[in-house]
Formats: sequence, C-alpha cells, structure tokens
Amino acid sequence: MIFASWLGKLDWSYFWHGWVQFGGQIATVGGALTVLAALIYFKKLGWLYRNWLTSLDAKKIGVMYIVVSVVMLLRGFGDAIMMRLQQILGSGGGHGFLSGDHFQQVFTAHGTIMIFFVAMGLMFGIINLILPLQLGARDVAFPLLNSIAFYLYLAGVILVNLSLVFGEFGAVGWLAYPPLSELAYSPGPGVDYWLWSIQIAGIGSTLSGINFLVTILKKRCKGMTLMKMPIFSWSILATMILLLLVFPILTATLFMLSLDRSMGMHFFTADMGGNAMMYINLIWAWGHPEVYVLVLPAFGMYSEIVATFSRKRLFGYTSMVWALMAICVLSFFVWAHHFFTMGAGGNVNAFFGIMTMVIAIPTGVKVFNWLFTMYQGRVHFDTPMWWFMAFATTFLIGGGTGVMLAVPAIDFQVHNSLFLVAHFHNTIIGGVVFGYLAGIAYWLPKIFGFKLHERLGKAAVYCWVTGFFTAFMPIYLLGFMGATRRMEQFDPALQYQGLFIISGIGTAIIGLGVLLQVVQLGYSIWKRKELAAGHDPWHGRTLEWSVPSPAPEYNFARLPVVTERDAFWVAKHGGPALYSGPFKDIEVPKESGVGLVVGLAAAVFGFGVIWQLWWLLPIALAVIIGTLIKQTYVEETERIIPAKELKA
Amino acid sequence: MSMLDKLSRLKVPELSRRAFAAICALTALALLIALWLASGQHTFDLFQTRGQIANRERTLLIFSMLLAALVLVPVYYMLYTFAWRYKTGHDHKYSPNWDTDKKYETIWWGIPIAIITVLAAVTWVTSHSLDPYKPLNDDRQHLKVQVIALQYKWLFLYPDQEVASVNKLVIPNKWPIELDITSDAPMNSFWVPQLSGQIYAMPGMSTKLHLDAQQRGTFKGMSSNISGADFSKMNFTVESVGIEDFKTWVTNAKQGGHFTADSYTKLAKPGGAQPVTYHLHDKSIYDNAIMKYMGGHQ
Repeated sequence: MIFASWLGKLDWSYFWHGWVQFGGQIATVGGALTVLAALIYFKKLGWLYRNWLTSLDAKKIGVMYIVVSVVMLLRGFGDAIMMRLQQILGSGGGHGFLSGDHFQQVFTAHGTIMIFFVAMGLMFGIINLILPLQLGARDVAFPLLNSIAFYLYLAGVILVNLSLVFGEFGAVGWLAYPPLSELAYSPGPGVDYWLWSIQIAGIGSTLSGINFLVTILKKRCKGMTLMKMPIFSWSILATMILLLLVFPILTATLFMLSLDRSMGMHFFTADMGGNAMMYINLIWAWGHPEVYVLVLPAFGMYSEIVATFSRKRLFGYTSMVWALMAICVLSFFVWAHHFFTMGAGGNVNAFFGIMTMVIAIPTGVKVFNWLFTMYQGRVHFDTPMWWFMAFATTFLIGGGTGVMLAVPAIDFQVHNSLFLVAHFHNTIIGGVVFGYLAGIAYWLPKIFGFKLHERLGKAAVYCWVTGFFTAFMPIYLLGFMGATRRMEQFDPALQYQGLFIISGIGTAIIGLGVLLQVVQLGYSIWKRKELAAGHDPWHGRTLEWSVPSPAPEYNFARLPVVTERDAFWVAKHGGPALYSGPFKDIEVPKESGVGLVVGLAAAVFGFGVIWQLWWLLPIALAVIIGTLIKQTYVEETERIIPAKELKA
Repeated sequence: MSMLDKLSRLKVPELSRRAFAAICALTALALLIALWLASGQHTFDLFQTRGQIANRERTLLIFSMLLAALVLVPVYYMLYTFAWRYKTGHDHKYSPNWDTDKKYETIWWGIPIAIITVLAAVTWVTSHSLDPYKPLNDDRQHLKVQVIALQYKWLFLYPDQEVASVNKLVIPNKWPIELDITSDAPMNSFWVPQLSGQIYAMPGMSTKLHLDAQQRGTFKGMSSNISGADFSKMNFTVESVGIEDFKTWVTNAKQGGHFTADSYTKLAKPGGAQPVTYHLHDKSIYDNAIMKYMGGHQ
C-alpha cells in the first residue's frame, strides 16, 4: 500500500490555489531564478562555491547564516503585513483577501519563520562571527560540523519556501497542537512541511550546540579562565547548555507526531489512547527554554555594548554570570505557564506561575547592572548603544506584562488573547531582534572592515521603536477588549477596526525601518572606503578588537595570552602585551563540500517524507551516510599558512 | 564662569532632539488612540466585567499593573537620567574601573526578590481562590450546563431542565453556574471575558468552570484556541435574564424539536450554525461525546 504510487501524494491540484498564492509561487521561483541567473551572468557561481559555500571559516559561515536569515526576515515580515491587512479588512465587515485557512497558513509560517529561520539563524550567525575571536581561538572546535549544521538549517529554509510553490503550509499555529495537527483534521501536506522543515533545522541546531559548547570549554586562549571570559561568551555558554538539553525534546516530539501522521500511530491523537496534552507539555518543555535560547545571547550582546560604549568595565560581572546561569536553570521549571487554562488545578498553576515570576529576579538584576555600567561612565551614543536604549525602553514593558501573564488567575483572562500576542512581540522584538541588530551593527566592522552608516542606522532604530509602539500598543488594548488571536474575521460591531488600522500604521513604520536598513547596508558597501573601520573602531575591550578588520581567516597570527577580564582594554592601557613570541605556521581547515551535499540530501529526504515518496528516502539517506563515511577517509583536511606570510 | 558660558559650552545634544521626536511620536500615537476612543462606544471586556469571577480577576489585573508600574517607573527614570547625565561631553564623574559594589548589588537582588515575594503570595492565594474548578461561594444549587465545542459551533446542554441550545447560553442572573466542558473536535477554549476567564475544551476530557452574571445583559463568548479553518466564526452569546424569564425560556425551548443522539450526530458535522433550542431527550450525549475517544479499535 505504501508503494501505491511513485508520486506519493504529489498531485497537480496542489499547484493551483488562487491568485494570492500564485503571487507567492511567482515570488519564490522568480527570486530563486533571478539570483541564479545573476550568478551565472556575472560568472560568480564558481567563486561563490569556492569562497563561500564550501568554506569552513566560521566567519564566512556566520555571514551566510545572516544573509539567509535576513532574506527570511523579509519573508516573515511580508507575512506580517498580509495578516495585519487582512485583520484591518476583516474587522470592518469585509471578508478581506485571505480565507480562514490561508490566513492560518500565513501566521503559522510567520511564527515558524521568525523563530526558527530568522532568530535562530541570526543567533548562530553572530556566534560564528564573533565567538572564536572573543575566545582568542583560531576556529570553532568542529569546523566541518559547523558547515553541516548550517546546511541543515538551509535545508529547513528550502522546505519552508518550497511549501509556497508545491502544496501548502500548516494551518495550525506555530506549535501545531494536536489533535488539530493530526491527520484526522489536517490531512494535507502543510503540517508535514512545518514538521520536517523544523525537524531538519532543529538537528542542525543541536549539532551547533555541541560545537559551540566544546569551543567555549576547550578552545579558550591561554590565561582565559571561565571567570575571565567576556560576558557575551558566557551568555553563549548558558545558551548552548540550554539548547543541548531541550532540542532533543523537540526532535523526539516531532518524530512522534510524524509517526502519527505518516505511519498511523497514536501518540497524540484524541482517540486510541493518544494524549494531545502530552504533546503540549513536551513542546513547551522545549519551547519555553527556547525563548531563553534566543534572548540570552542578546543579553550578552547588550552587556558587551553597554560596557564598550560607556568606556567602563561591565558592572557586576559576577552577578551577571550568576544571573545568566540562574535563568538557564529556572527556564526548565516554567513550561506549564503556557497552559494554565488546561485545568491542572491551583497547586500546579501556582507553582509554575511563581517559578515564572522568579525569572524576573535575575533579569531585573541584569537591567540594574546595565544601568550602573552607564553610571559614572562616558556614554557614546553610536548606533549599537541606540539599539540598547531602544531595547531597554521596550523590553521593560514586555517584562511587566510577562509578570502579569504569569499570574494564573490573570492568565485565564488574557491567555490566547491579543494581549499575549502584544506581550511576546514586545519581548522578542524589543529583546531579541533589537539585540541581534545591535550585535550586527557592533560587530560587522570586524568582519567586513567598514562601519555601517551612522545616521541611516539611527533613523532605522527610530522607525523600529516608534513603529513597534504604534503597532503593538493597540494590540494590547485589543486584548483588554477581549479580542482573540489567530482570527481573520471579527464582528464589525466590536469596533476593533480603528485599532487594527493604527497598528497597521505601526507596521508600515517598522517597514520603513527595515527599508532604511537595506539602504544603509547598500550605501555602506558603496561608501566602504570612507566608512573604513580600523581594527578598533569602538574602543573595544575584548580580544576581537585586537586583530585587523576584516579579521583574517586564521583570526590570530599569534595566539593571545590573557591575564585579566577585558584583556584588550587592559593591554591598551599599559597592561601586559597580548601577543609575544615567534610566528608559527598555522593550520586552517580546507574547504569542503560535505556540508552542502548533506544539507541538500536532507532537504530531499524531507521533501520525500512530506509527499510520501518513500523510494526517495533510502537514496537520500545513503547519500548522507555515504558522504559522511567517505569524509572519515580524507586525511588532508587542513592546509598550512606559512609563518612567512603572517609577518608580511 | 557665568551661567551663560556654562550653557553655551553644553552642545545641544543630539539626544534631546531625538527625545523630542520620540515624544512627538508617542503623542501622535496617543492622539490616534484618543480619536478612536472618541469615535464610538467601546467595551473593554476585561475591565467592564459583569460577573463575580471576572470582577475579581479584574482587581488582580489592576493590582499587577500597579505593581509593575511601581517597579518600572523608577527604572525608566534611572535609564534616561543615567543616559543623559553620563553622555560623553557632559560634565560628570568618570570611574572607568568601578565595577562592583556589594551594597548596591545586594539592593538590586533585594528589590526584585521583595516584589516577587509579594506577587508570589498573591499568586498562591488567587490560584486557589480563583481556580475554575472551585464552586462559587453560594448555598444555592448551581445550575448545571454541559458544553460541547464542535466544528464550528457550541452546544449547551441543560440536563436538569432538559434543554439543548446551540450558540446561545441563557443563564439566570446572579445565579451560580457550573459548566462541564468538552470538545468533540480539536481543542478549543471556552471564553466569556465579561463573566470569567477561559478554560480549554479538549476531546476525550472534561473541564469545569464556575461563573455567574451579576447583571442582566448579553455578553460575547468565543473559542480562543485555533481549531480549524472556520474557528473565528465560533461565536456565541450568553444571555443573563431574570429567574422568571429563565423559566419561560426553558418552557419555550422545550416546545422545540427533540434533541437525540441522531440530532447530535447531524449537528456535529463541520459547519456553522444559527442559535436554536431543542427539547433534550437523551441525557447521555455529553458523556458519550467524551467516551467515544476512550475506545480502541472498533
């Protein structure tokens, strides 16, 4: 029965849905073909392959992560515009341009893309750019694994975008609660696209987690004990511990759901002994720590930025480390606050509510420490510092509404309402997005050798902040009016439309901010000579600022020796020299196409499961395993950069 | 040095122009919202509550907002004053190596701990006192209603009154109500914001919600959890009426058609429905709707 058809579930009816979807198909295929045509026309395909796609240089992999994430950010933002437009139309008595099912696909894609393919991508991108440099290391612990992890992430991205062309996406919300996501209620390929795109990307995340954890523990330069490590690296250590403990839960949960859907099993179905609530517990046992996986690196970036731009040591370093680790541990004990409304009873709800509030304590400490880093400092308001101010201004409100949501009896009234939607956009945009944009503005000069244009950057911050408040304060108010999330249609008598229109204006202002950033990037590349950054454009404190910009492939010509925190700052102010001794030959990893092959084969595997093309699966698996085994026979995985070249 | 000199030495900082622009933007936003408020009658369900449970939840909501403000206002004050005072170019003390102070750090571990302790105590008490499973503090017999979420409508069964009602829940004013809630569809969430917080409606499971209405009137109810393509149309109304009117409604409802297991099967098919009432004949419908998920292979 399984081999009933070579084409599995693929069917022509999945190609035509309507004109709105056709726009998506054209944009996806057209976009991909345009990029390919441009590469061929400018004869850059070989260059791209040799210098980027096969590179095992962490910085280049980081840049690729960021490029893909930014493309996905634009797509996710496009989804946001569609949703807001539909809600404006659908709350005023009209039907709008999206059906219920299509609207649901759009917000499912928006959430999935923004978390897995934008936030996670930007996070791994920035870590790749900076972590080894900050640790005084030439590379990550496992360069090839790093490349494989990137291509697994890319495989997820490919599958999400393929869903625009062939078939549909899940119409179930970004965490796809069963039984709605089970075959009985969602028979199409949409949920499978959702499932396999994040399943494959998630495995990549786990591999990255191993890589960066080992990098931090084993690759720090001489003298850098854990308590002398820059705070951003500490935040990544906390993040990777969290990530490694929770991503296996996601993998297992998704695997069980896929067995339900593809093999007719009953882990989470409503009937036959399945338990949907078990899925909800498991997915949040991953999902809540996941939001800390996203925000802790941002906290680390803010800590670096505030200290650097205040020209002052970070206040309360030890407190910061303890706060990070406290958040890391506590985040495992809060997951049930996502379903106080399940009826678990007073004791369970009170426990999870109180544990959630307790996280506000270390977070509050971090805020105070940032404030007192500015206190008696010399604060320079360059763009990254503007992002910090933007973050503090917005995130504090998000924290406040978060503590409100943590009280179960209040949650009964705001759960699944637009108040909740406003809250998590408040923390994710204000905390995570602003942090990563700050990190990019701060560290990009180190990678490309030029600063981003200041005034355009500040104008973008300004648009993001005012746009954010205009877009989401009305959404909080709608929550107070008893408006529920995920609705494409509201009774016009409720008079929600005015607030949706104001919110739409806010979305447009954010859009202007995004546009300004695209212009900023283009303009900065054009004017890169004038904007050239020396090795230390911000008067930095940590090791990455001690090497030339752009940082060389091998990061450090001679490995640094560190005696204190803020080693570079100390060295600049009369401390012991970071570099001494003779130059030696350096080994760097050779380019390798293994990651590319594994990633593409994984995408093919995912496509095969989604459409039940069972014959494709052993082929894809054989390619993956064969490539990996063949790689173990390759002896020359490194090339030498001779000491002579380094001195020059 | 004269005051004027001092002032002229201070460059007009960029920050103040931007702060001005930010204030303008916020004012514009406030004006837009004010304009919207003035444009009609708006109901803020979470504050304009009409039932004792929702009233108490509103009090808690306001308390938590005030507590949050108590923390946030001084933090905002510190954020902007520090940013302003220690902006480079302003005269101030510079201590580049001052990075630790036991006293200060104890204070700001202490302040959040104190505030969270207060909120934790309130949370513990209210998680129990406002537990939806807890009957209302009322000696009278609760009116029992069984609620089944279907694709895409709500069915209300009154086993004691022998009434079945679709998309309309009629209750006697100021009378304690006990709702048993399940779903014969994907998971939904039962929510009447002006009367009480919500609880999930889950297939194969039964949850409980106790509430009352303290005023006569019509209140909006909905499903607040995605359950399929048309879930946004799963709206129902709750009508709170005088006890005599309620009795009349029951009598009239029983004049309607008979509601049996067959009628239920027909109603349960995916699709919307208009409000309609029936004479409930089969009192096992609710239990059967749950038990059908309990079996193995048929």
